[in-house]
Amino acid sequence: MGLALELVEISKTYNGLEVLQGCSWTFEAGLTHVIMGPNGTGKSTLLRLCALIEVPDRGRVIYLADGQPLAPDLALKRRLTLLLPGVGVFNTSVFHNVAYGLKIRGMGSKEVEERVGAILETVGLAAKRRQRALDLSTGQSKRLGLARAMVIEPEVILLDEPTASIDQENSEIIEGIIKKIKAERKATIVMVTHDPAQAERLADRLLLMRDGKIAPL
Amino acid sequence: MDTIFQGFISAFKLILALNPELLKIIWLSIQVSGGALLLAILLGLPLGALMALRRLPLRGLILNLINTGMGLPPVVVGLVLYLLLSRSGPLGFLSLLYTPGAMIIAQFILAFPIVTSLSHTAIVNVNPIIRQAARVLGANPLQEALTVIREARYGIITGSIAGLGRVTAEVGSVIIVGGNIAGYTRVITTTIALETDKGNFDLAIALGIILLTISLLINVALRAIQRLGRTSSGVILWD
Repeated sequence: MGLALELVEISKTYNGLEVLQGCSWTFEAGLTHVIMGPNGTGKSTLLRLCALIEVPDRGRVIYLADGQPLAPDLALKRRLTLLLPGVGVFNTSVFHNVAYGLKIRGMGSKEVEERVGAILETVGLAAKRRQRALDLSTGQSKRLGLARAMVIEPEVILLDEPTASIDQENSEIIEGIIKKIKAERKATIVMVTHDPAQAERLADRLLLMRDGKIAPL
Repeated sequence: MDTIFQGFISAFKLILALNPELLKIIWLSIQVSGGALLLAILLGLPLGALMALRRLPLRGLILNLINTGMGLPPVVVGLVLYLLLSRSGPLGFLSLLYTPGAMIIAQFILAFPIVTSLSHTAIVNVNPIIRQAARVLGANPLQEALTVIREARYGIITGSIAGLGRVTAEVGSVIIVGGNIAGYTRVITTTIALETDKGNFDLAIALGIILLTISLLINVALRAIQRLGRTSSGVILWD
């Protein structure tokens, strides 16, 4: 079961513009929360704060395991991940991109080989494992990003527009992978999308972001 | 014209015969320039990376000084180093003047700003999303920094090769602090200068050809690495 995530009155300002304005919400553990809303309402900012790669100007982001708050240290950060909209593909092979998260956790090469191989099969990139990752198409890069996130088996997965700017085929593959994560891993998923039909298909909780705050849709 | 032609013929004979004197000079040149470059990488890469990845105090001033250092005239470096290392100078007690060690220091001073500045530029230009990607995958601060540095590897190698290019062709500083002592501190460039003065063109031309070949190889390597970093070659380095 994934971790629960509680946002307490968080605010964040960029260039004098208050993107998040005292936003509070609780994302229940093990559910898929899909956030929709117009551009510029702070959805991506919210995900970066949830991923603990940025800190709010005010308020707190609290992760809870069985109701107990967790310290925002490296150990917690390694229990969650964020799929960035631009993925951030490393200039190495497909295999080594996916292996990255395991290697930095000190996993042995045999286990890395097995886990990466299995994930590449799942996302349909097994045939490209030795290829330079920067040569992948946008859709394949998104699948690579998802594989990179999945292989570390996070308890919280934050997805920032995972199917934006890609073709229908890749979009369906990615959606299939997300459904598989939901069914098999019971991770807490917080996802941002602009596709209402996709949101309906994937969400346990459908949310709307407006004026820097979250509300149920 | 005959002298030049004859010089080339004799030069090729020296090269093909693997003349021991020639080999000794080449080997010392490799040791001096290689040692200087190694030192420049060992100190310049961490400094370039630190300035690129951390908000250091006086970063702007340090960068300006380093960028200025890229254009240091070798003879000035030689002169200053000579004054420091001479018997009456503040570092005279080290007894380094007229030794290969002094030549390595001189070439290090010339290569260090190039390696540092180009490493810094390469690391600064890595897309910020790489750092975020490393972080969201669970990298600690050191792993994050190493990931960014790895992404900048082609630029860093380019900087190192540019540093090597600068020092292998350099004569001004090593002739002052090395003294051009036969069999001890005589390198390719200083030998060319000396033999040309003496009118002994055979060895000078032979060494000139070798120096040009080294420069050519450095440039070929540079272009290959730049191409590898920029295009979809499908080749992976340092997985």
